[in-house]
Amino acid sequence: MEALAMVIVAAQYAAALAVFAGVITTLGQAQIAAKAIESIARQPEARGSISTSMIIGLAMAETNGIYGLVVSMLLLFVNPLLDRFVTMANALGQYLG
Amino acid sequence: MIDLEIKNYAVLRLFGIDIWITDTTVSTWIIMGVLIIFGIIVRIKSRKFKEVPKGFQNAVEAIVEVFESYLRTTIGDKLMFLGSWFFTLFLFILLSNLSGLLPMMRTPTADWSMTFGLALVTFILIQAMGVKYRKAGYIKDLFAPLPWWCPIPLFLPINLIGEVARPISLSFRLFGNMLAGLIMMSLIYALFPPFVTFVIPSALHAYFDLFSGVLQTYIFVTLSMTFISGAAAVAD
Repeated sequence: MEALAMVIVAAQYAAALAVFAGVITTLGQAQIAAKAIESIARQPEARGSISTSMIIGLAMAETNGIYGLVVSMLLLFVNPLLDRFVTMANALGQYLG
Repeated sequence: MIDLEIKNYAVLRLFGIDIWITDTTVSTWIIMGVLIIFGIIVRIKSRKFKEVPKGFQNAVEAIVEVFESYLRTTIGDKLMFLGSWFFTLFLFILLSNLSGLLPMMRTPTADWSMTFGLALVTFILIQAMGVKYRKAGYIKDLFAPLPWWCPIPLFLPINLIGEVARPISLSFRLFGNMLAGLIMMSLIYALFPPFVTFVIPSALHAYFDLFSGVLQTYIFVTLSMTFISGAAAVAD
């Protein structure tokens, strides 16, 4: 039972760590926004196409953070590790007697 | 109070396959009904459209014109026959994302099966348009870069993974954003006592449902357009 609790605790820690993918994503997105603003300041007449490209670039960069979110959601709510641990423990119990 | 989980209402058994009627299905039906009724109203009213637009006609024409000019700059005249599909997709995702504002409705796009279905259509369109406009050249591009002295297509697996990753990343982007909004809102509603939940959640609703929803709709449709027109473009 204690080991089962340990698996749950580990999964929660892993979920918290997975969300940290958002930190790097945010840095990248800040870079994109800064560059876009620089370009707009240099060429104000190209504002429309620059902001369109910026939004598409932001969406592309955001994928990484979204993957982190999905991984943490899986660890929290679906928890595939738990099933695996239970089946492993059962198999081990049968093997030992 | 917003529920995180997807509630299941009924299970239909058709030809040995279980079909689950969930929250998502019911909300999707409501949104489909609203769109169909709106379409029928526009169709009936369009018989009496005049040369000089006024009122309702003006609004409908303005929306269609804005979207059409945007389509023309993004996918070009060659693919304009897909315009009605993109407009339908846009309206459907927009209404789905905004439906989180209504009580008793779970945002349908916060369910991966829904967004993956939409992204799968984009995937099929990418392949179909690529083959239609570039014929064998599109298939050949999957093997590129392939120098003449190389007998095995080294880059084929990488290109295939790249193709398969597109609908997955496209669907996860919409799903993750909407689910994040849903989780935040349900946490906020659970955190505060009921008499505070008038003020603070409304600002967050404005961000997560209105701003994020409209932006993600735009991004989903624009990325679909970019992928499809990129696959159909003849390389010079």
